[in-house]
Amino acid sequence: MKALSLIVRLFRGAAKIQRKRMILTATAIAWGTVAIILLLSFGEGLKRSLETGRRGLGESIVIIWMGETEKAFAGLPAGRPIRLVPDDVELVLEGVPELASASGEMHNWNVQLVNGRTALNKRVVGVHPAYRDLRTSYAQAGGRYIDELDQRLKRRVVFLGNELAKDLFGKDDPVGKTLLVADTPFTVIGVLQKKKQMSMYGGPDSDRATIPLSTFEAMFGRRYLSNLVYQPTSVAMAPVAKRHLMEVLGAKYRFDPADTRALYFWDTIEDAKMMNAIMIGIEMFLGMIGALTLIIGGVGVANIMFAAVTHRTREIGVQMALGARRVYITGSIVLESVALTFAGGVAGIGIGVAVVQALAAVQARAKSEAMEFLGAPTISIPIAVTTVTLLGLIGLAAGYFPARRAASVQPADALRFE
Amino acid sequence: MFWNGKNGKNGGKSEGNGHHLIDLQGIRKVYDTGAVKVEALRGLDLAVRENEFLAIVGPSGSGKSTLMNIIGCLDTATEGSYRLRGEQVAGLTIDRLAEIRNKRVGFVFQNFNLLPQLTAFENVELPLLFKGTPARQRRERVELLFEQVGLSDRMLHRPVELSGGEMQRVAIARALACEPDIILADEPTGNLDTTSGRDIIGMFEDLWRKGHTLVLITHDPAIARRARRIVNVQDGTVVSDEAVA
Ligand SMILES: Nc1ncnc2c1ncn2[C@@H]1O[C@H](COP(=O)(O)OP(=O)(O)OP(=O)(O)O)[C@@H](O)[C@H]1O
Ligand SMILES: [Mg+2]
Repeated sequence: MKALSLIVRLFRGAAKIQRKRMILTATAIAWGTVAIILLLSFGEGLKRSLETGRRGLGESIVIIWMGETEKAFAGLPAGRPIRLVPDDVELVLEGVPELASASGEMHNWNVQLVNGRTALNKRVVGVHPAYRDLRTSYAQAGGRYIDELDQRLKRRVVFLGNELAKDLFGKDDPVGKTLLVADTPFTVIGVLQKKKQMSMYGGPDSDRATIPLSTFEAMFGRRYLSNLVYQPTSVAMAPVAKRHLMEVLGAKYRFDPADTRALYFWDTIEDAKMMNAIMIGIEMFLGMIGALTLIIGGVGVANIMFAAVTHRTREIGVQMALGARRVYITGSIVLESVALTFAGGVAGIGIGVAVVQALAAVQARAKSEAMEFLGAPTISIPIAVTTVTLLGLIGLAAGYFPARRAASVQPADALRFE
Repeated sequence: MFWNGKNGKNGGKSEGNGHHLIDLQGIRKVYDTGAVKVEALRGLDLAVRENEFLAIVGPSGSGKSTLMNIIGCLDTATEGSYRLRGEQVAGLTIDRLAEIRNKRVGFVFQNFNLLPQLTAFENVELPLLFKGTPARQRRERVELLFEQVGLSDRMLHRPVELSGGEMQRVAIARALACEPDIILADEPTGNLDTTSGRDIIGMFEDLWRKGHTLVLITHDPAIARRARRIVNVQDGTVVSDEAVA
């Protein structure tokens, strides 16, 4: 213990002789640390915000739109439109074991909704009950989503998007009230829970009315689905599910299962993978910028240590004459370098955390969409570990080269140094 | 004065005609300062037995300090053979050389070379620390050494708070810390007034009587005559080597 404290003291004076320079360098390190913490925690916040936004559409789902055949098949010409009907949902659920659930979807984008004196023209969608879980469309307390019975009995019930409910009913609770949908009275059974939805098709879920698919067919006289939504049993099974689905539908409608134009797939699983890759890229980029700032600080530390080594050459020579092995010479220099780096780093971490928390508080109160999209800056354990590791590495590197120079001089030369 | 240490260890060996403690043969040292090459030592031979008290004299620039650096393993010869207690020094690793300086050689410099940020006590403790001596033994040894140089009441002072003579006595205590085979002193009285200088030389004589081997570099003929053997170096070679009557 005494040994260590003595070793430390042998070199401690080094920083003292150039206090001003030391403060500057510690500041540079602190600034680099703040930069890296801010950049990484904004990246983390953005990542989390994008993730919840993506979940707003639904988790690991695939959406199919109808297309036209591109290849001739079984004597049939190319260019045939493929139209799916509601019964196809049951067909694929039975024929494709890799499907966890599926729902048909029909859209009418201009339907008059009337509540008393308020009349709005909005999109109305008909869906199967499975749609609730597929598209994360959960009801607020006191309400419910469309269920099997509604579907079977073609009930005239309607589930409202939260914004639409506000526009139609104001502050009143719409559940149980009657709403005229295209002049037909419907009972409101639930209102959508507010959710962050970043990707969408056919407008935001918050601004539309949803009714049972069977009711929709009867009311608007539709035969064909606008699209079909399904979820595979697992992410890993997604490609198999897609292939089987093409085979089952291809057999019914007589198209080549390899015909990519017959049906269009929007695979959110693939999207999620890509998004992840992009986020990793962004985080690495932000991390690099922070690391570069830190490295500049590290160069400052190394310079101080070089100057200190030069200043102390003679004393190093004395230590060598007394029999100091290399580690005694290099150890004290590296220790001081690491200490200097961490002094700046600790200040930087303190400031960085404070700034992140202040910004997160501001962000939580802000109403602007841009701020909401950016997400609250978040400090995670990996960020802390990364920062401290970087600081340590930079301290070591900044001490290593001066230490190596100090230990490599001949004692006689060091002793003669003025 | 009482010196613990060398008597028993060296008593029998010093008169033997076996290995020399120091054995230099054909030593050349060339300083290469880029443009010019200075040949400080030109094929110098020198042998020193245990318990000798040797003075090295010669004009300024003749190579005395260079010789001392090589003997003390602070520098390496360009050419020639140097054996220290039979061990060939050329080609040893940096850490092995450090170990030799630590355990076998004690240095006393003209400008004392005490570390200013440490107390006198810690300065003397340092070589023991490098050697790896446990804390308790270190403290006992350092206290004993301070008693021997008569500075027990100055142990906790910083070097700046000491006089030149006191600093040199601390330096001698430090040189003795690890019980070295040789004590090398390069102009130890050069920065001292006549009285303190005489004290220091008296101390060296005592050390020699107790069995230590001393190599003393000096300009002063009066001091040189206190030694038992005078080696005269000129232009990097030994020009005369005689015992003092
Ligand atoms: N590091 C060095 N680089 C170049 N030349 C050197 C170096 N050290 C010593 N010399 C030269 O080597 C020669 C011998 O120097 P050295 O210091 O050994 O002499 P000295 O006998 O100790 O002299 P003094 O009595 O003045 O101390 C001198 O010419 C000196 O200029
Ligand atoms: Mg000299």
